[in-house]
Amino acid sequence: MKIIVCIKQVPDAKDVRLDPKTNTLSREGVQSIINPYDRHALEEAVRLKEKHGGTVIVLTMGPPQAAEILRESVSCGADEAVLVSDRAFAGADTLATTYTLSQAIKKIGGADLILCGKQAIDGDTAQVGPGLAVRMDIPYVTCIRRIVEASDKAFVVERLMDDGYDEVEVTLPALFTVVKEINEPRLPSLKGKMKAKKLAITTLTAADIDADTAQLGLKGSPTWVVKVFAPQLKGDRTMIEGTVQEQVDQLAEKLMEWC
Amino acid sequence: MDYFLTEEQQMIVDLSRQIADELIIPQRAALDESEEFPRDILDAVAKADLFGIYIPEEYGGFGAGTFEIVLALEQFGRGCVGVATAFAASALGAFPIMISGSEEMKQKYLPDIATGVKKAAFALTEANAGSDASGIQTTAVLDGDEWVLNGTKQWITNAGEAKIYTVIAITDRSKGPRGASMFVVEDTDPGFSYGVKEKKLGIRASSTRELIFKDCRIPKDRLIGRQGTGFITVMKTLDKSRPGIAILGVGLGQAALDEAVTYAKQRVQFGKPIISFQAVQHMLADMAIQLEAARALVYAAAKHIDAHPKDMSKASSMCKVFATDMAMKVTVDAVQVLGGYGYMRDYPVEKMMRDAKILQIYEGTNQIQRNVIGQELNKEYT
Repeated sequence: MKIIVCIKQVPDAKDVRLDPKTNTLSREGVQSIINPYDRHALEEAVRLKEKHGGTVIVLTMGPPQAAEILRESVSCGADEAVLVSDRAFAGADTLATTYTLSQAIKKIGGADLILCGKQAIDGDTAQVGPGLAVRMDIPYVTCIRRIVEASDKAFVVERLMDDGYDEVEVTLPALFTVVKEINEPRLPSLKGKMKAKKLAITTLTAADIDADTAQLGLKGSPTWVVKVFAPQLKGDRTMIEGTVQEQVDQLAEKLMEWC
Repeated sequence: MDYFLTEEQQMIVDLSRQIADELIIPQRAALDESEEFPRDILDAVAKADLFGIYIPEEYGGFGAGTFEIVLALEQFGRGCVGVATAFAASALGAFPIMISGSEEMKQKYLPDIATGVKKAAFALTEANAGSDASGIQTTAVLDGDEWVLNGTKQWITNAGEAKIYTVIAITDRSKGPRGASMFVVEDTDPGFSYGVKEKKLGIRASSTRELIFKDCRIPKDRLIGRQGTGFITVMKTLDKSRPGIAILGVGLGQAALDEAVTYAKQRVQFGKPIISFQAVQHMLADMAIQLEAARALVYAAAKHIDAHPKDMSKASSMCKVFATDMAMKVTVDAVQVLGGYGYMRDYPVEKMMRDAKILQIYEGTNQIQRNVIGQELNKEYT
């Protein structure tokens, strides 16, 4: 089974700053990490490989520094790494990103399964996974929390919903986005780190992936960021204290007030 | 200080540090309290390939030396000496096989120890045989194609958790020191069982139990090396392993210094952080001096051992004594810097002080180490 895991380099959530002038994330001097949801996607891919055999390829679009997260992924079990990097990709929104990724995936011969995190913690759009599947013209399931059955032809997965979960059967090739409940990502291994150090990362430019330049980067991005702000927290919080009986009484009283 | 590590060595440090920070430190207080063996942490260590650092590549290891295992143990020791002891004890159990085992024996046992699938343990101590190994009572008698073991080993680290035990027993009492031999005992061998788990002052995440042999029958080929070479294997094993204990002192000392300095910067008395008082500054400075000197000595001893495998006793004993005495002093001082808070279990330094004490005792008391150093000096100056 050939599995491609799409990963993104994001600023460490502990250290996020907004540029007040441009309303975009200030990335200067900020530690970069693998998007946490993507770590779960990678872990699931590596577990599938360990169980069923195959190859795990990590793919990212980003500046040359993004090679770092590709090496980190290889130290955690990925086999190969592809960096899609070109000045022409700069400023891409999700529409341009999915175009670029789909061209890159076509270039490397497609995949049986594409795994993504459910969203990136910087943009929080959750659009790239589904958008990529549409571009590739393959079925997708978002927010999967468990792989129930896996074979070369089809998968049965559990999709996390607000009120429970759906069990979905999908034929391959397919794309899944995963939630963090799916697994506990492993730490790197020593052999993985050695491999990552020596690894030759394949770098693909806009020309390499036969891209239509009108669909790339800022030019190919209809999104316009008007304003970015931290939402005001609303609503009161009351702590109910006392014995269990007193707490229940107080709670019942409050609920009655709201009825 | 920069010790000019190679890229591979730095990788071992980074990976071990990540395990200490993300897995060991968050759990150490709970493990100390519950005295629970850290299986999940050791599984993660196994997945990270670290059980195989010192095992040759042909047996599935990383093929590195004493210095590299020391680098990993320093980080684990900084996290928790109890967890680190459980890890280190597997190496101690594997060394007799690496040092004196036959090719078949190495192929049979080392790959599983390298992957961490099976943990090992080393069994020397008995009720009447600690510093004086000649008091060993456990016997092994050849009966046809099997050795029959009888006796009880005491305070065996990893007992009940390990699958592979390297055990010394008397095979011919009339031959004195040449009458002892080492064997591999597997956890499933008939006649082999464990005593109750000991309750300890510190390193409470590690498992310490008796090994009980009652007509324990093992195949003939479980003899490690030749008959009568048991003491030689034990001495070589301990020479090789002591830097591992020494570096636990360095890791622990570093952890205690980190806590003490951090606290001294935050704690305000008489309107100032206490680190601004010279009395505290000098304590912290002395801790830092002793710590760095110990680290430098352990690193140097480990490199010496890797380069001169036939001449390691003195270097090994010197670094063990110095670094573990340092750890005791530095952890006591860390508790002093934290004052009343340091004495409370809400802060990690009281545990560090309790953990430090064993380092001066196990794998040869610091008094025995001084004997070794003295004897080596006596030989050198003839």
